[in-house]
Amino acid sequence: MLSLLIFLPAATALVLFLLPRSQESYAKWVAAGAALIGLVLALLMYVDFDQLDGGLQFVERRAWIEGVGFDVQYFVGVDGLSATLVLLTAFLFVIAAFVSWNVELRPREYFGWLMLLETAVLGVFAAQDLVLFFLFWELELVPMFFLISIWGTGRKEYSAMKFLLYTFAGSALMLVGFLVLGFAAGTFDMEELARADLSGAAISLNAVFFLILAAFAVKLPVIPLHTWLPDAHTDAPTAVSVILAGVLLKMGGYGLIRILVGILPEQFDKYDVYLAALAAASVLYGAVLTMRQQDLKRLVAYSSVSHMGYVLLGVAALGEVGLTGASLQMFTHGTITALLFVMVGLIYDRAHTRQISDLSGLAHVMPIAATVFLIAGLASLGLPAMSGFVAELLVFLGSVERFEAPTILAVTGILLSAGYILWTAQRILFGPRNERWARLPDATSWWEQVSMAALVGVIIGVGIYPATIVDVLEHGVRRSLGAG
Amino acid sequence: MLDDLDRIGPVLAMAGVGALLLIWDFLPQGRVLPRARGKALLAFALVGPSLSAAWALSLLTRDEAAYSFANSVVLDDFSLFFYFLFAGISAAVVLASQDYGRRFGAHEGEFYALVLFASAAMQLLASSRDLILIFVALEVTSISQYIMAALQRDDRATEAGVKYLLMGAVASAVILYGMAYLFGLTGTTRLVAPEGEISIASVVAERGDEMRAGLLLASVMLIAGLGFKMAVVPFQMWVPDVYQGSAAPVGAFLSVASKAAGFAVAMRIFYEGLADQVISESWADVFAILAAVSMTAGNVLALVQSNIKRLLGYSSIAQAGYIMVGLAAVSAAGGLSQGASSVLFYMGAYALTNLGAFIVVIAISARTGSDEIADYAGLFRRSPALALGLALALVSLTGIPPTAGFVAKLYIFNAAVESDLVWLVVFGVLNSVVSAFYYIRVAGLMFTAEPTAPESVPTTVALKLALTVAVAGILFVGIVPSPLLDAARDAAAVFSQ
Repeated sequence: MLSLLIFLPAATALVLFLLPRSQESYAKWVAAGAALIGLVLALLMYVDFDQLDGGLQFVERRAWIEGVGFDVQYFVGVDGLSATLVLLTAFLFVIAAFVSWNVELRPREYFGWLMLLETAVLGVFAAQDLVLFFLFWELELVPMFFLISIWGTGRKEYSAMKFLLYTFAGSALMLVGFLVLGFAAGTFDMEELARADLSGAAISLNAVFFLILAAFAVKLPVIPLHTWLPDAHTDAPTAVSVILAGVLLKMGGYGLIRILVGILPEQFDKYDVYLAALAAASVLYGAVLTMRQQDLKRLVAYSSVSHMGYVLLGVAALGEVGLTGASLQMFTHGTITALLFVMVGLIYDRAHTRQISDLSGLAHVMPIAATVFLIAGLASLGLPAMSGFVAELLVFLGSVERFEAPTILAVTGILLSAGYILWTAQRILFGPRNERWARLPDATSWWEQVSMAALVGVIIGVGIYPATIVDVLEHGVRRSLGAG
Repeated sequence: MLDDLDRIGPVLAMAGVGALLLIWDFLPQGRVLPRARGKALLAFALVGPSLSAAWALSLLTRDEAAYSFANSVVLDDFSLFFYFLFAGISAAVVLASQDYGRRFGAHEGEFYALVLFASAAMQLLASSRDLILIFVALEVTSISQYIMAALQRDDRATEAGVKYLLMGAVASAVILYGMAYLFGLTGTTRLVAPEGEISIASVVAERGDEMRAGLLLASVMLIAGLGFKMAVVPFQMWVPDVYQGSAAPVGAFLSVASKAAGFAVAMRIFYEGLADQVISESWADVFAILAAVSMTAGNVLALVQSNIKRLLGYSSIAQAGYIMVGLAAVSAAGGLSQGASSVLFYMGAYALTNLGAFIVVIAISARTGSDEIADYAGLFRRSPALALGLALALVSLTGIPPTAGFVAKLYIFNAAVESDLVWLVVFGVLNSVVSAFYYIRVAGLMFTAEPTAPESVPTTVALKLALTVAVAGILFVGIVPSPLLDAARDAAAVFSQ
């Protein structure tokens, strides 16, 4: 079932690429249909997930490459953390398909690449073999490159290449780390690696730690490796921004928890104070940069840098609470930022500008969009009863004992985020009514409303009753910690 | 004697068809249309690789592993691997060259014959265990390739041919000098021989310590000379000019076959003749340094190219560097077989990939006469199949899944890690990042930019077939690597006996 879930989008991509040109208007239906089936599968799996069974579930494994010293398995399975992120991925790709509804430029290719991207991301979250993990990790590069460079705006080629090179550089170093680990333990199996004696590694495990960290730090992103993110976000089409912020960044957080905490806990323990400091710096620096942004999309992008700092802080705390908080933050940030990007895309689609100074008084002309934008903003600044609040609270609870100063600094980040969110909302939604925008249509298409309603529903639902997600996440967190 | 001939049957078949092709080409043609004649030549040329591969297949099923010609030629899994590889490469190059036949004019038949001669000599090279035979075979390949390079007979091709010839002559001299040195030290030209007979390997094992300095000198000279064939830095000067100046099919052949031949001989000489610990660590170090320099220089210089053939030229220098990482991966315990098999696997994957890329270049070059990268803009809109083929090949050269290049890099770097060469692997992966820039930029250009001309690029059925096989191969090896991996392992196993 897991394999079906992973490869259904890839098969769909193939169908889309082979679709005759005369049928290209059906591309979006095919893609949305496949994404919906994927969501149903992911939901079934999530419901079926047994939290009392401590191990991996829905496991499928067979030998892929066999040989002395180079055994690679096709080994997929999910624990609580993977299952939640798989669900998030399947959900956001449905949203991504919907918000792409009016893409008219080469739609077969567009939806084809989008579907291929889904396979790559699902594969990353489900892979339980380091080489397989790496394979899916790299598989994501080409679809993203084309999605940004063909369907993007602005300096799209530049941003696409920057994204590609940053990610590729990080993952190249990660590969070295993986190979050293694999050779030391004689296996690439993540479960066995977590138990294996790695003392015979060819280079010091500290070096391995930093090699692998490089990939995750770029992806998360952690300052000073974040500069690709605003460019990629700003120039990507809306759906790709949704996916990028919603799930691709989570690959970094997931890697931190699953691979670094799971396999190299001692090294993590040794350097966690630096990571916490970096986390606090990311939160604050990201927030300060966010305040200075003039472009709505860049603003949301920089706020992601700030919010992913919380993830790093929670992980660095290395406790159950902190890790659960970090995992939940990944889920909630995925939904909240996705909604923010949907709204920014919607405004841009109608107003053809993203300059904050140009926009004003939108609440008068597009009340639905303005309300949803406000909900997303409030969720993003961590208002109670919305999912962001629970996650950030858990992160701080988890980290305050271990890292007092970084935690206190990071908490002030909340104030800053309240500042930029409310200030932005005030400027674009509530400012004086502007004649230029008087005839702006509201969010009226069914696909816009479905996307918004689904995202708002999840954000508030998880905020009110976080246990649906938290209980499952804890399963994965315990496994990462316990195995180490 | 007949048995001996049977064991080099694939070589004879290839060379024999080449010779017949030359004779036929000379015969008065009567009033045959040039097009029909081109087709007939192509069909006949294909008999060579087909027959060669069929013969190799029969040898494989008969399990005839043995020495022949007084131990100077050996038929083992390694030889068979290269019999198949060179048959495949020559078939692909011949198929893809039909589009180019017009540009070769009356020399079309000669080109096919030269490809077959060179391939036959390369097959012989991979199965030689005697320095003299190696040198003779090496010269046959070289001379065929010098002629090929100049065959287009315009200024640039002539310049390329002369340049290639002059530098190649120096390289041959250096190889010969190294071989003479080795002979002087050991008193034999046999690399290995059955138990009890004298060979370079047995002498080195016995008295290696006292002749270490001499062995090292000989190794360095052999590496330098063979480095020319493999096109690694600093013996790469000829590559960009020759690739750019000569016809595109020639570039395709040189970039794949010549390189593979160079590595095959290097493996025979160093893994069989000079495999003893006394010397192996030293030459492995030399390989490691050359690998690092080659990858870096090739990739950095490729960044600034505006001509696709020059770009692929520099890229092939960098790729030779990656392959050499595998050659360097010998020293650690049990590493030999892993390093050797990773070289062979990489070679197979690289052959598919680079041929795939060059086939598209041939098609474009033959129809539009341009090799400028700028003219590849919007190719996807004009000829989607060609654009997809080239893009996939470039992705594979970068080493991104699900392609053959990804598995090949993974495997070769894994072998290096096992041999304690982590620093070299770091070099390698960072180089992949540099290479991503120029490979993916070209791929992006074909899909994103506006086409420079509206019309599509027509191709022949033969070229389409070659491209389809290459593309299918890239994907197949990328997703199901086991068959090629097993073949590479079996072939490499001859070195650990």
